[in-house]
Amino acid sequence: MELTPLWPTVALTLQLAGVTTGVLLLLGTPLAWWLARTRNRWKAVIEALVTLPLVLPPTVLGFYLLIALGPQGPLGAPWLQLTGAPLTFTFTGLVIGSVLYSLPFVVQPLHNAFGAVDQGVLDAAATLRAGPWDRFKSIVVPLARRGFATAAVLGFAHTVGEFGVVLMIGGNIPGETQVLSIAIYDRVESLRYDEAHVLAGLLLVFSFAVLWWVYRLQRRPDVDARP
Amino acid sequence: MNTLAVQLRLQRGDFALDAEWSAPARGVTALFGPSGAGKTTLLRAIAGLERGMGMVKLARQCWQDDARGLFVPPSQRGLGVVFQDAHLFTHLSVRGNLEYGWRRVTQRPLAFEAVVESLDLGPLLTRRPAGLSGGERQRVALGRALLAQPCLLLLDEPLAALDRERRDQILPYLERLPVLADIPIVYVTHALDEVVRLADHMVLLDAGRVSAQGPLTTLLARPDLPLARRDDAGAVLEVTVAGHDEHYHLAHLHLAGQSLYVTGPAPASGARLRVQIHARDVSLALAPPTPSTILNVLRGTVSSVTPASHAGQVMVGVQVGEQHLLARITRKSADQLPVQPGLTVYAQIKSVALVG
Repeated sequence: MELTPLWPTVALTLQLAGVTTGVLLLLGTPLAWWLARTRNRWKAVIEALVTLPLVLPPTVLGFYLLIALGPQGPLGAPWLQLTGAPLTFTFTGLVIGSVLYSLPFVVQPLHNAFGAVDQGVLDAAATLRAGPWDRFKSIVVPLARRGFATAAVLGFAHTVGEFGVVLMIGGNIPGETQVLSIAIYDRVESLRYDEAHVLAGLLLVFSFAVLWWVYRLQRRPDVDARP
Repeated sequence: MNTLAVQLRLQRGDFALDAEWSAPARGVTALFGPSGAGKTTLLRAIAGLERGMGMVKLARQCWQDDARGLFVPPSQRGLGVVFQDAHLFTHLSVRGNLEYGWRRVTQRPLAFEAVVESLDLGPLLTRRPAGLSGGERQRVALGRALLAQPCLLLLDEPLAALDRERRDQILPYLERLPVLADIPIVYVTHALDEVVRLADHMVLLDAGRVSAQGPLTTLLARPDLPLARRDDAGAVLEVTVAGHDEHYHLAHLHLAGQSLYVTGPAPASGARLRVQIHARDVSLALAPPTPSTILNVLRGTVSSVTPASHAGQVMVGVQVGEQHLLARITRKSADQLPVQPGLTVYAQIKSVALVG
């Protein structure tokens, strides 16, 4: 029996999850900081929007994304004009979809971690000559480091486990948009159960390892010291 | 003059703060008042942590002047704040905490070692804030604030979260502050004994407004202020050390040419000290008293007679030299003598406390 090479699929999945996590940390950090500190009346609306991907069927999100990213869509059309390439059924499109889909998994832990940073400690830093950006780097980031670790790991893992959105906007192009979860679906459809077993087993072990690490991280007492 | 001048208005819900006062360039100014008077809010507004409206100036530096649209953020004001809860950085060691502000300034008249030594922080340097006692935390917070080389030090009830024993351990460090750093210090508290021990100048804050301000000795001797209505009301007088009675272990003090004796070791002769005499410990006589176990008697002139907090008592102001002491006596004895301004009296003092 000859197995289809798995590596391109695994590599593509890891690449998508890596890029998505990077983008999510860049976008999610200011968003979570704003949510943790603001008393703005729009806060609840933004929180609901951020959390929406948790409850929406991926097909709903995928459907709207397909329309928005499509060649005539409000995002897809200008992108096509600018770059000459469509957004749907491409890696870039997958990243956009994954960012939206995994957003709550990154924003929630960061929001919690930022919320736990005492305002009094930040006030003390302000009186010790630290400006806002300095305070964020020297106080907030180290105090919220577990939040960052959890956010990154959950964002990464959730993107690896994504199926519906990718199928809707990325399809199933091996080496281009075929990620692990879709490859499994593909193998099962074509009755190649042995390959499906390998891929499904990989994802199972990976997901378990990630969650185990996250829970261990949350249980461990705060020991690391810096002079 | 390095004077701190404050004129701030601020509204938080039902609470309105409207305070105008100043603090001298040297020494400790106590911002004193009951809980809820707005002391902490006022202090935070001076630091720029709360946004009040008005003006805050230290010497020639202007930190806030809303008439000109000027508001300097806290990080650029160059002041030091010690909060009621130390607010140490838990992710850093004690040394890391001390160095936080230190690394962010370039001019350092206060040496790292000098501050560490005077606050006895040496043994704590490698410790984590989580493992420190309440008193140790406040010492670290104090050192951290001083090492940021402030031009004004604001202390917000730094002892309020500590028990009596730890408070007494920290007080000597606070007493040494003016020697360590020659900057104006504003000390917020609702504990009068801390004011008496630490402050030279006093601002009374009540329901968001300044009800009186001036030298500590003047305010404490005024019978018309709410201060005089407290059970522990009493004047603080400045005295000079005249000598030491070896045999009886008494310090001999001079006050306007008269003598006072206090138990305990005497500092060097000629040193200026402050003693506190509680109004409840003073009784008045018209003639020099017959010998009794009361050691201290001061001759003075009645300057005022004011109703006390209890209807059965009056507060009598007695001028001794240039200074005043307070005596709380029953209204009945006041009427019998009768005590009235201008009368020469002999104040018999049951207890005198050295307060620094």
